[in-house]
This record gives sequence, C-alpha cells and structure tokens, in this order.
Amino acid sequence: MSEKTYLQALNEALKLEMERDENVFILGEDVGQFGGCFGVTQGLYDKFGEARVMDTPITESTIVGAAAGAAAAGLRPVAELMFVDFIGVAMDQLFNQAAKMRFMFGGKATVPMTLRMPQGAGIGAAAQHSQCLESWFMNIPGLKVVIPSTPRDAKGLLISAIRDENPVVFLEHKLLYGVSGEVPDESYTIELGKGEVKREGTDVTIVATSLMVHSALEAAERLKADGIEAEVVDPRCLQPLDKDIIINSVKKTNALVVAHEAVQFSGPGAEIAAMVAEEALDYLDAPIKRVGAPFCPVPFSPPLEQFYIPDADNIVEAVKSIR
Amino acid sequence: MALSKKTLIHMYETMNRIRLFEQKLQEFFAAGEIPGFVHLYLGEEAVATGACSVLTDADTITSTHRGHGHLLAKGGDLKLMMAEIFGRSTGYCKGKGGSMHIADFDLGILGANGIVGGGGPLAVGAALAARYKKTKDVTVCFFGDGASNQGTTQEALNMASAWKLPLVFVNENNGYGISCPQCKSMAVVDIADRAAAYDMPGVVVDGNDVLAVHEAVTEAVKRARRGEGPSLIECKTYRWRGHFEGDACTYRCVEELEEWMAKDPIPRFEAKLLESKTLTQQEADKIKASIAGEVDEAVAFAKESPMPATSALMDDVYA
Repeated sequence: MSEKTYLQALNEALKLEMERDENVFILGEDVGQFGGCFGVTQGLYDKFGEARVMDTPITESTIVGAAAGAAAAGLRPVAELMFVDFIGVAMDQLFNQAAKMRFMFGGKATVPMTLRMPQGAGIGAAAQHSQCLESWFMNIPGLKVVIPSTPRDAKGLLISAIRDENPVVFLEHKLLYGVSGEVPDESYTIELGKGEVKREGTDVTIVATSLMVHSALEAAERLKADGIEAEVVDPRCLQPLDKDIIINSVKKTNALVVAHEAVQFSGPGAEIAAMVAEEALDYLDAPIKRVGAPFCPVPFSPPLEQFYIPDADNIVEAVKSIR
Repeated sequence: MALSKKTLIHMYETMNRIRLFEQKLQEFFAAGEIPGFVHLYLGEEAVATGACSVLTDADTITSTHRGHGHLLAKGGDLKLMMAEIFGRSTGYCKGKGGSMHIADFDLGILGANGIVGGGGPLAVGAALAARYKKTKDVTVCFFGDGASNQGTTQEALNMASAWKLPLVFVNENNGYGISCPQCKSMAVVDIADRAAAYDMPGVVVDGNDVLAVHEAVTEAVKRARRGEGPSLIECKTYRWRGHFEGDACTYRCVEELEEWMAKDPIPRFEAKLLESKTLTQQEADKIKASIAGEVDEAVAFAKESPMPATSALMDDVYA
C-alpha cells in the first residue's frame, strides 16, 4: 500500500494487466511515446513496444470500431479517446456495433473491450472538451459504465473492466488525475456494479459519482458542524448500478440527495431518484433533491466555469433544504 | 486461370445457392411471411462467390445489410439463416438479429450490419487481431457504393493502409445507394480510384464475372498475407431488386435493369463451364435441383421452428 495519484493508479492497472495477459493492448491518439493526452499511458510504450501501445490516426470511429472488431476476434483492447466529447464522432461504433453485437448475433459475439475517456469541466477547455456524458452510455443496453472517484477504485475497477467480457465505458475525471490516495501495490479487482459507502451517516444519503464524491465528502464535513450526519454513497458504476447499496442507505437515513457533474436534466440522478421513488418512497421523509450541472454547455471563462460545476456548497444547500 | 474443377463447381453451386435462396425469400416476403424487411442480393452473386472462394474458414469477413450472399458464400448454413430471417428461435441469432444481423464466428463471418459503412472499422479490428496474433489470416470487408462515401470507410482505408493490415476491401458497386444513383452521390466514376489516396492498389473488375472477381481477390489476399497491406477491389455489378423488397424502384428505368439482367452472372459462368467441359448440362441441372431441395428444406426447417419465447428476451444482452 502506498500513496498514489488517480493517474498513477490507472497507469499501474494498465501495466499489470498488460503483463498478465498478452491479449491486452492499448490503442488511441497519442497514447505511445507521448504517453496519452493526460499522461495515463506514460511509460507503457517503452515497456511494451509499439505492437501493444498503438498510436492511431485521429479517427475516433475507427479507434472504437477497431477495438470492437479486435475484441470480437479474441483480443482485449483498451482504447482511449482523448476527451469523452469526441465519442459523438464514434458513437455508431460504440452503441450500434460494440454494445449490440452480442445480443443481435444471438450470443455469438463476445466483445471484451474497454474504452477509457476523460470527462468533466474545470480546466478551461470549454464546451467541446468538458462534458460529462455518462447518462448517454447508461441508456444503452450492452454497455457497462464505470465512473471511479478515488485512486484505489480507479485501479481495481480498471483491472475489472479489462477482464470483463463486455464493452466497458470507463469514465475518468480530469480533475481527479492529480488526486492522491492509498492504493495497494499489488493487482486487485473491484467488482463492477458494487458501490461503496465512502462515509457513514444517519441523517441523509448523498449518492455521488466521480469528482462529486469529493464534494459530497467535503459537504458532509461541513454539515457535521450543523449536527447533520450525511452518508456518502459512491455507486462507482452506473451500469450495472448497485441498487441495494442506495436503497439500504435511504432506508437508514430517510432522505436522498443525488450529486453529479453531468447536466441535471435527464442525468444519472434522474434514474437514481426514480428508482428510489419506486422502491423506497415510504422510507423518505422529504423530497429527493438533485444536484447537477445547469442545462447549458460548459462555459469557458473561469468564473462562469466555476459557477457551472456543482460543488460542496450546492450539496450543503440541497441537504439543508430537506433536513 | 488454373482453377481446379472442384473449385469451379463449388463456385457454381454457391452462385446458384445464393440465387435460389434469394428468390425464395422474395416469394415469402411477398406472401407476408417474413417480418421486417429484406435486402436481396439478386444479380450480385458473382462478387461474394468470387471473393469468398479465395478465403479459408479462419479468414474473416465483415458484411453489409445486403449480406445473405456474403454469408452463404462464406459457408453460412442455409437452415440457420432461413430460420433467422423468419424470426425463429432456431436461427443463427435465436431470432434476435434478423436478416441484417447474422453472424457465424466459427466461419469467420463477423456479422451483417444494419449501418451503412459500419463494417470498415470492425474489419480493421479483425485484421489487426490477425496480425497481433501473428496468424496469416486475412479479413475481407464488403461494402457498397453508398458506404464508400461514409467517413468510416475512408477512415478504415486509411488506417488499414497506414498499418499495412491484412485487409481486402471489396466494394460492390451496384450503382445505387438506396435510390440515389452513383452519378449524383460522387464525382468519381471508379470508386477504386480512391485507393490512390491511401497508397494501395485499386482495381476495377467486372463484378458479374465470378472468375474476374476471384482473380483480383486472389492477388489482394496474397498481398495481404505477405504483410504488404490492404487493397481496394471495385466490383461493378447491379442490384436487380429495389433497395429493399417492396421498393417500387421509381428512380430507375426498366431498360437499365434489362440491360444488366442480360449480363446475369450465372448463365455467363455456366456457359464457360459447359464450353470448357468442366460441367455438362445434365450436371448443371442436377446441381440446381439439388440446391432447390436444400432451400426448400431450409424453408421447411424455418417454418416448423418455434418463435422465440419471450422469456429469452433478456438473454445475451451481457456476457
């Protein structure tokens, strides 16, 4: 166990899996000597060579499609798109090809590919390089959607994603790459679809993902001063979604706030709120509150961008409005 | 061309199998017995047959939404295909794919595809896998003239060439992208010209001449197996039916259709085989009768097969 950044944890997961299984390879834009847009694949080209760390042309459709084709043909590709925003260019290959091959071929195809994509605002990259698009992927049967918040989770979940037999969309947050935490040195997996209670509490459940887990933990500390003990639940995967961990927490705290950076309207919080309303309405003492980004593209100018991103203040405010 | 009698007869059988299979589908679609829609391959039999006659079971193909011919030429099972097209549980995809989504990974058939241009990137991946695993296997990417205008196809051509992948792009230019004739959808006359942009061989062949297709694909496959990269082979052919069954085809004239039907690839090939005494008329008739029997058996199998149980709906969404 040692202190590592989220970025180092991801890099370690890739390295360990490539050492373990020669069918695992990386492809994407600038993933080779350059080391990846944000540095996640650094050092892997030198260690594994260009046959396993492949720089592609800037052709997102073919990066995703080639990963799907290679996976169907027996390999375990880990593809990287520099920014999740570029998935629009490649969406057909993801949602019509990779996600559906198994079902529409009657179970004949197995597509064990991982698609890593950084998302999120906060670096002044403006509207086409800053979105959170997890709700798009959650809505596509056949995909798994992983969204880690801590270095430890990032490593264990990426290893599980690579070993999974399905196409997995692995969503990293740009502002988390530099965040440190305790990470086991050895290889380990975290089951996809199993959430984690990041902080125990009794008065309100805050379901948060990715960067918002950290905002929720900060909010919980502030709420403590007001005598409110918040439980922070990180589902870690949105598909499959750990329903039990959310419902059980709500049954204990009787109140729910959902926090994510994706646009609030029709975001992942809508699904989580509806699920709790369907299955645990009687346990709720107050309306469900959602914290998400406003319904507008991500702005460029720093004060606007900061205002756009949901934060601990918004979460505290949401909790106080119901508790 | 020094092809063995066995190969030539096999090609003749394959072309007739595609023809009779498709004519049977035409009949049953008109009778309202087939759900959804079907895109028939009638008139284009020489392309799939010529191309797949070069491939082994370990070689892979990606297909299109007009895929029955490719699948049959690659060895696809008539009964399983027919049952799938009829939506039965015994079909290749347990009734979940239908005409546009049939695959048989054991035969290297990586799937028909409902998206025009969808197969190019997948073919790149399959070819990449062959090279990665250091096999000598080759992938053939079938695509139409319509798909040749899709960005995915151009991306795939570029990436396959940049990486010198063992891939052969077989374009079947049947003159129309749904209702849009080639002259309205692209400035080039020969799609094969586009190969120059990717520094790969681009060859135009008579797509109604099965031997010409076989010969061109043989060269391309050899090149691919040698590690010299992809080729683009444009097969000029014609779609006898509309884009889909039920298409009134108001966008093209009867004269054009008649002109192409006169170039029917099957009698052409048959005449060659008779002339070279590879086949007698009696043998030819026997082959056709035998295939008609196979097709009838496939239809009977499909019709006797049960529809899928609704309890099977959620199977195979995930592995």
